[in-house]
Amino acid sequence: MTVPTTYFVIFAALLFAVGAAGVLLRRSGISILLGIELMLNAANLALVAFGRQHGQLDAQVFVFFVMAVAAAEVAVGLALLVAIFRKNQSIDVDRLNVLRW
Amino acid sequence: MVTAFFYLAAAVGLVSAAVAVAHRNPVVNVLSLVVTLFCIAVNYALLGAEFLAAAQVLVYAGAILVLFLFVVMLLNAPEEQPATEPRPFQRVAGLLLAVAAAVGGVALLMGLRLSLPTQSSPGSAQALGRLLTGPYLFAFEFISVLLLAAMVGALMLVKRKH
Amino acid sequence: MWASAAVSAAKLVIVAVGLLTAVPVMVWVERRGAAFIQDRLGPNRVGPFGLLQPVIDAIKLVFKEDLTPANVNRGLYLLAPMVSFFVAMVTFIVIPFGAGKDITVFGVPLGGLSVAPDLGVGVLFLLAIGSLGVYGIVLAGWSSNNKYSLLGGLRSSAQLISYELPMALAVLGVLLSTGSLRLDDVVTRQAEHLWLNFIPQWNLIPQAIGFVVFVTAAFAETNRLPFDLAEAETELVAGYHLEYSSMKFAAFFMSEYINMTTASALIVTLFCGGWTFPGMQHFSGWWLLVASVGAFFVKLAFFLWLFVWVRWTLPRFRYDQLMRLGWKGLLPLATLNLVWVGVAMAMRWI
Repeated sequence: MTVPTTYFVIFAALLFAVGAAGVLLRRSGISILLGIELMLNAANLALVAFGRQHGQLDAQVFVFFVMAVAAAEVAVGLALLVAIFRKNQSIDVDRLNVLRW
Repeated sequence: MVTAFFYLAAAVGLVSAAVAVAHRNPVVNVLSLVVTLFCIAVNYALLGAEFLAAAQVLVYAGAILVLFLFVVMLLNAPEEQPATEPRPFQRVAGLLLAVAAAVGGVALLMGLRLSLPTQSSPGSAQALGRLLTGPYLFAFEFISVLLLAAMVGALMLVKRKH
Repeated sequence: MWASAAVSAAKLVIVAVGLLTAVPVMVWVERRGAAFIQDRLGPNRVGPFGLLQPVIDAIKLVFKEDLTPANVNRGLYLLAPMVSFFVAMVTFIVIPFGAGKDITVFGVPLGGLSVAPDLGVGVLFLLAIGSLGVYGIVLAGWSSNNKYSLLGGLRSSAQLISYELPMALAVLGVLLSTGSLRLDDVVTRQAEHLWLNFIPQWNLIPQAIGFVVFVTAAFAETNRLPFDLAEAETELVAGYHLEYSSMKFAAFFMSEYINMTTASALIVTLFCGGWTFPGMQHFSGWWLLVASVGAFFVKLAFFLWLFVWVRWTLPRFRYDQLMRLGWKGLLPLATLNLVWVGVAMAMRWI
C-alpha cells in the first residue's frame, strides 16, 4: 500500500512549475518571494521522495538544511522589501528601474 | 486508501498553489500557500518522514508564512494594480517558460521506471538526529552561522538612520 | 480493527466533551475568582453560588444578533474564528491524561490514555498545530477592516512568534532528559526516576528555570494577562475580536479557554509528572485508571487556577517590555536551562 515515487515527483514538478509561473509573471515583490518558497518546497518534496526510493535518510537531512536556508532567505528578502517600500512606497518590481538613489 | 489520501492532498495542494500565485490579494496569496505547504507536509507523512512533516508545519506554516503575513499587514500592501507599462511579450514568454517546465518535467518523470521501494526508512527524529550530529555535523553548525548572518543582514537593511 | 476504531472514537468524544465542558466551568471560576480577589461577591443570582451563570451566558451568546460589518473581507472574516477554534480543539489529542495499563476494552489494550498515542512526533505535533493558532487572530484582525483590530492582530503575530522560541527551547530541555518526543515517555520517565526511593523526580525540580520559562511563555501564547496585548480592552477596545458578535465571538472566547486548558495540561505533563502520583505502585487496573485521571485533574485544576490568579493580580505589560522580556529575558534563560540539562545529563546528576 505504498504510493509510487513517480506520483510524488510529478506532483513536485507541477508545484515547481506553478511556483516558477508566479516568479515570472507577478510584479508584486511578496508574490515573487512566495513563488520562490513554492519552488523550494517542490524541490524538497522531490528530494524526500527519491530518498525513500533509495532507502536513505540523507535526503531528509538535506531538506532540513534547505528549510533553514529558506528561513534565512525569507528574513533577508522581506527586509529588502520593507526597505524598498520605505523608499518607493510600492513593492511593484517594475518600479525598481533606477540604478541608484 | 493511502493512494486516495495522496490524490486528495495533491489536488488540494495544486489548486491552492495556483491560487497562491494567481490571486491579486496578497493576504489570500499567503493563506493559500499555507494550505499548499500543509499538503506537502501530508505528502511527507505519506513518505514516512514524520519528523519532517511536523517540522514543515512548525517552520513554514508556523513561522515563515506568519512573517510574510506580518510584512503584508505592516506595508498594508495593496492589491496588484494594472501595470503602468505593460510588457505583453515578457508575460507570454514567462507563461510559456512555466508551461514548458511543467510539461517537460512531467514528460521526463513519466519516463522513469522505478520499482516500488522495498525497505522503508522511517524518518524518525532519532535517526535524523544521529545523521545531523554525525556525518553532517559541520553543515549543521554552519547553518547557525548562516542564520546569524541573515539576522544581522535583515537588521541592517531595515534599520532607520538617525 | 473496528474495536480499536471505536475505542479511539470514544477517547476523542471524551476529550472533546471534556474540553467543551471546561469552558463554562472556567468562566464561572474566573468570575467568582475575580470577585474573590477583588473582595466582591461575583455572580450569585442564577443557581447556587451562581453556578448556572455560564449556562445563561451561553444562551445569551447564541441568541445575540450576528452582525457582519459592511466592509469586511467576508471569507476571511468567517474563516478566522473557525481556525482559532479548530486549532484549539485539535492540539489536546497528544496529551496523555491517564493510565490504562493492563485494561482491555473490547480486546483493545488501552495503554497510555491519549487520543493519539501512536503519534511518533508527539509533542512536536502539538507545537506545530499550536503555531497555526496565530492565523486565527491575525486574520480576524486584518479582515475586520478596523484599525484597532489590525493593531491587535499585528501585536499578537509578533508576540506569538517571539514567545514560541523560548517555549520550544524549554520543551527541548524536557525532551533531552527523556530521550523521546512522545509525551507518554515523558510521563513514564518522571515516574520512574526517584530521589531517596520515594520522591518522584518531576522535571519541575531539576529544570526549575525551564519550568518558569515555559509557564511564562504559555501565558503569552494563550494571550492571557499579563500578556493580553492583542485584545487590551483599555487601549485597543477589544483588539482582534472587536468586530465579532454572537457565536463568532463565542468561538474566540471558547478557544481562549480551551487553549488555557491545553497549556495547563502540557505544563502538567512536561514538568509535573502528568497523570502519575506518589504511591502509584499500589494501584492497578481500573483503580489505577480512575486514580491517575483524578491526579491529572487535580494538577490541571491547580494550573488553571494559576491562570485566573495571575490574570487578576498582575497588570498588563507595555509592548516594548513584552518584547524585552521575551528576547532578552526568557530566551537566554531557556538556553541556560538547555545547557544545564545537557551538563547534568552528562554528569548523571538527573
